[in-house]
This record gives sequence, C-alpha cells and structure tokens, in this order.
Amino acid sequence: MADYKEIINQYKDLPGGIIEAYHALQREYSYIPEDSIAYGAQVFDLPLAKAYGVATFYSYLKVGERGKNVIRICESAPCHVAGAKEVVDALEKELGIKMGESTADGKFALEFCECVGQCQATPVITVNSKPYGDVTPEKIPGILAAYK
Amino acid sequence: MAEEMRIVLRNMGKIDPLKIEDYINAGGYKSLEKARQMGQEALIEEVKKSGLRGRGGAGFNCGMKWSFSYKVQSEQKYVVCNADEGEPGTYKDRTIMENDPQSVLEGMAICGYAIGANKGYIYCRGEYPYVVDILNQAIAQAKEKGVLGDFDIEVRMGAGAYVCGEESALIESIEGNRGEPRFKPPFPPVIGLWQKPTIVNNVETFANIPIIVEKGADWYKSIGAEKYPGTKVVTLTGDVNKRTVFEVPTNTTIRQVIYDFGGGIKDGKKFKAVQIGGTSGGFIPESMLDTPIDFDSMTAIGAVLGSGAVFVMDEARDIVNVVARIAGFFEHESCGKCNPCREGTKRIHEMMEKLDAGQGSSGDLSLLERLGTVMSKACLCGLGQAAPAPVLTTLKNFNSEYQAKLN
Repeated sequence: MADYKEIINQYKDLPGGIIEAYHALQREYSYIPEDSIAYGAQVFDLPLAKAYGVATFYSYLKVGERGKNVIRICESAPCHVAGAKEVVDALEKELGIKMGESTADGKFALEFCECVGQCQATPVITVNSKPYGDVTPEKIPGILAAYK
Repeated sequence: MAEEMRIVLRNMGKIDPLKIEDYINAGGYKSLEKARQMGQEALIEEVKKSGLRGRGGAGFNCGMKWSFSYKVQSEQKYVVCNADEGEPGTYKDRTIMENDPQSVLEGMAICGYAIGANKGYIYCRGEYPYVVDILNQAIAQAKEKGVLGDFDIEVRMGAGAYVCGEESALIESIEGNRGEPRFKPPFPPVIGLWQKPTIVNNVETFANIPIIVEKGADWYKSIGAEKYPGTKVVTLTGDVNKRTVFEVPTNTTIRQVIYDFGGGIKDGKKFKAVQIGGTSGGFIPESMLDTPIDFDSMTAIGAVLGSGAVFVMDEARDIVNVVARIAGFFEHESCGKCNPCREGTKRIHEMMEKLDAGQGSSGDLSLLERLGTVMSKACLCGLGQAAPAPVLTTLKNFNSEYQAKLN
C-alpha cells in the first residue's frame, strides 16, 4: 500500500486540497488513517484541530480503520418506504455484523447513508460507491459474492 | 396527455456523452462563440430577459445574479457549478451530466465570459465518483479541442454533506473547510470563493444557457409558466408505476407528472400524498394536484418546486412514519453552526419518533408547530429554514394521520 505521506504530498499545491487528499487516502485504504491527519495538517499548514474538523465533518469520510469494501445503504425517505429495512436485516445476517461495524476479516464495512441519487431504483445500496438498485434481501448474497 | 419537451436533455440518447465531436456536430459550442460576439452586457441582458431562474431550488433570476458579479471590479472571479445533488429523490443533475456533460461546460464558459472569470469549478458530490470521471474526460476533451479558450474548469468532490448544496457552504468546502454556510450578506456574487466574486449555479441552470443563447430570450420566455419560464427536469420516485426522469414545460401540473409521466399509482392503489422538491419539500394532498409545478404556483400552495424531485406515496403509507424518517435525515445533516437548526432538528426528530411510536400527545403537536415556525424564521440557512416544512405541511394537510397515532 502506498505511504499516506506520498498520497497527501500529491495535493499539497492544490488550494483547499485537503478534502481531495482525504478522498485519495480513502481510495487507497478505504478510510483515513488516524496518523495521516497530523501530516495533512502540516502539509496544508492548518491547525491539527482544523484538519480533524474537516475529516470528521463529512459523512463520506471515515477516520480510523474499517473494512475494505464499504457497503452503504440509503435510508432516505424513498428508499425507506421501498423496503430499506428488510435489506438492512439481510445485510446484517449475511455478514454477521451490525450496521456501523466491519467484519473480523476486514473485508466489509456496513454503514447507513443518505440519498445516493439512484431513486429510480429504490431501495439502493452502494459497494465502494458502485450503486445497486431495486435491491431485495434475496439479491444480497449474489451482490456480495463479487467482493468476497 | 401531457408531452415531454427536451431542452436541457435535448442530446440525451442522441450523442455519445464521451465524444465531444458528437456534441460539436449537434451544434455544440456555437453558443459560446455567439456569446463572445454579443459582448458581456448584451449577453447578461439576454439571459436576464429570458426569465431563466435558478434550477437548484432558490429560483433567483440567473442573468440578474450574473450582473452582480459583472459589476464588481476584480482581477479574479470564479464560476462554480453546483453538482452536489443531495436532495433525496433527486437524480436530474446526474442524468444531465451523464448524458451531456459538454452542455454544462459550455454553459459555465458562457457565464465565465459574461462576468469576466477565467476559472470554473464543478463541485460534484462524493457519491458520484463515476460522474466525476465523465466530467474529467469531458474537460480533457474540451481542452484538447481548445473550445473553452482561456476558461479553465476543475472538478472538486464533495464528501457527503447535504448542507454543501447551499452555495456558501459549497464554497467553504472547495476552500478545504467544513461545509458550514456563511452569514449573508455579503453574497457570493460579490464576495465568494477565496473572497472573490463568484457565481454559483446549478447543473441544470448551466445546461439551459447554451440553448438560450442560441435561440434567444423571447423563444425561451414563451415556454412554460410566465414567471418561471422554460422546462424543468423532474425525477419521479416512490409508489408510481414509472420511476423515471423527464423534462416538461413548467406549466405542467402535478397530476400530469404523476399520472401521464409516472403512469399513476403502483399496484392499483390510491394516491395519498406527494412530496415535491426533495426531502425538505411540503407534502401535497389530492386536492392540490392540479397546481402547475412552476416555482410561484408551488409556493402559493405552501409547497416548493425545489430540485424537481417528485416522491409519491400511496394510500397504505404511514405519513407520520415517513416524516419521522425525514426528521432523522435533518438531524443528521444539520451542520451544527447555528443553534436553532442544531437543536431544533434534534428535538423535531425526537418528537416525531415519539409520535410514530404512538406515545405522543396533542401537546407535542402544538410544540412541533411552534418549533417548526421558529426554525423557519431563525435558522441561518435554507437547510434549517426548510427542515420543518414536511412536519408543518403534514400537520396541516394530513392532520388526521397524527390524530390516529396519538397516545
């Protein structure tokens, strides 16, 4: 895996680039390594509190370890009425973890999210941001198999 | 039977969005050329005269907004495209960018010429990395062809904060900060990104620009509703037969949207409610379905056009339960900068959960109404001001649903 310092350095000349740097870290690690924030603060010449403040403000960013494949399920109103709850139950059962947790083998993280803009096919889940629409509990094992 | 009218989506399905040649062959970038020949003031006047109003939800006259930035003397100005489409039920900007990204770039370049800006940003939501790829390819092709001239465009990714749809919060985010809205005035057209004059327009607004320049203000003004002319890209979701995206003149009625384009209610059930404009929109009952969708007609019935999301609920839906979920959304998305929103969204959510669980009293209903009214006046930005709308409109239009669940 690439060193987080190298990743952050690529953005050092980009005005306001710390959020882009955080995205790049997540593409590599699936999360923002806790230690990298202090380095980010140094590179972008920010107080540490501010670098933390930015990293923790945005729900798409996650500080600290989580599973490699991030499964997010939309709980916004259109997905809610279309049966998101049943999909949540199926995901928790299939992976043996609760929402907000990661599997012990580090392969999967399970999270709630709000609308991902695929409301023509509710309920929707995303795996590493790739959307899957019209999801039913029956479809879950098949979708996850591709990432196992 | 109402018919679709494709202006913004005119190239959808007809061109390869990743081939700039297709866009150019369909007449693309002729408007930018024409705009440059018109001169800045005549161009802004034309856009103003067309009556185009912001398609992100606020409905401000686009040419007027541009004129504010044009008038400011500054060596650096910016054009920002708001592609942080986060209103639940909305997927119109994604549809536009996926099908015709060059039309957005051309619209931005025209705006850049009009106000005197040589730099543009597209702030695209983090949930759409596949759209970011499309935009970056489109920008690379436009640069290679040289069609943008000295106007440069860069894509920045949002990171899952609904509040960044608010223009000053969006600007903060591009600057690398927490996406918290600024106090206004000053407004972004005067003091915006990095303290420079900045025009922030929605994707759909920019996509309207090239065709307005091509066909003229009078042509555009003759389409749809008089005071909110043109078309609106609408996305249907919920209990309709066809969950789909389409573009209609703004004098189309809600009923036509649901029944002509959506094919009516799913599984032969009856209509109960529709929420338009995203999750902060009002809930509309059957009796108001003949209202045209334009900005002012919607405002007149206590609802909004907003983003153009149309979320339909059938007779079996539990309104109190849906509003409780929406209240949870706002508690989650409140940025926390101002007290009325940070505390208000939390308390509304608490009370809605209590009511949904059948534990609420009629006292809770009056408290909700009072809190919602205060928030709609006291919150710093549109998020907090609009957050109580689903509660207030359902208390008004669907009160029996609440009464039935009281303890």
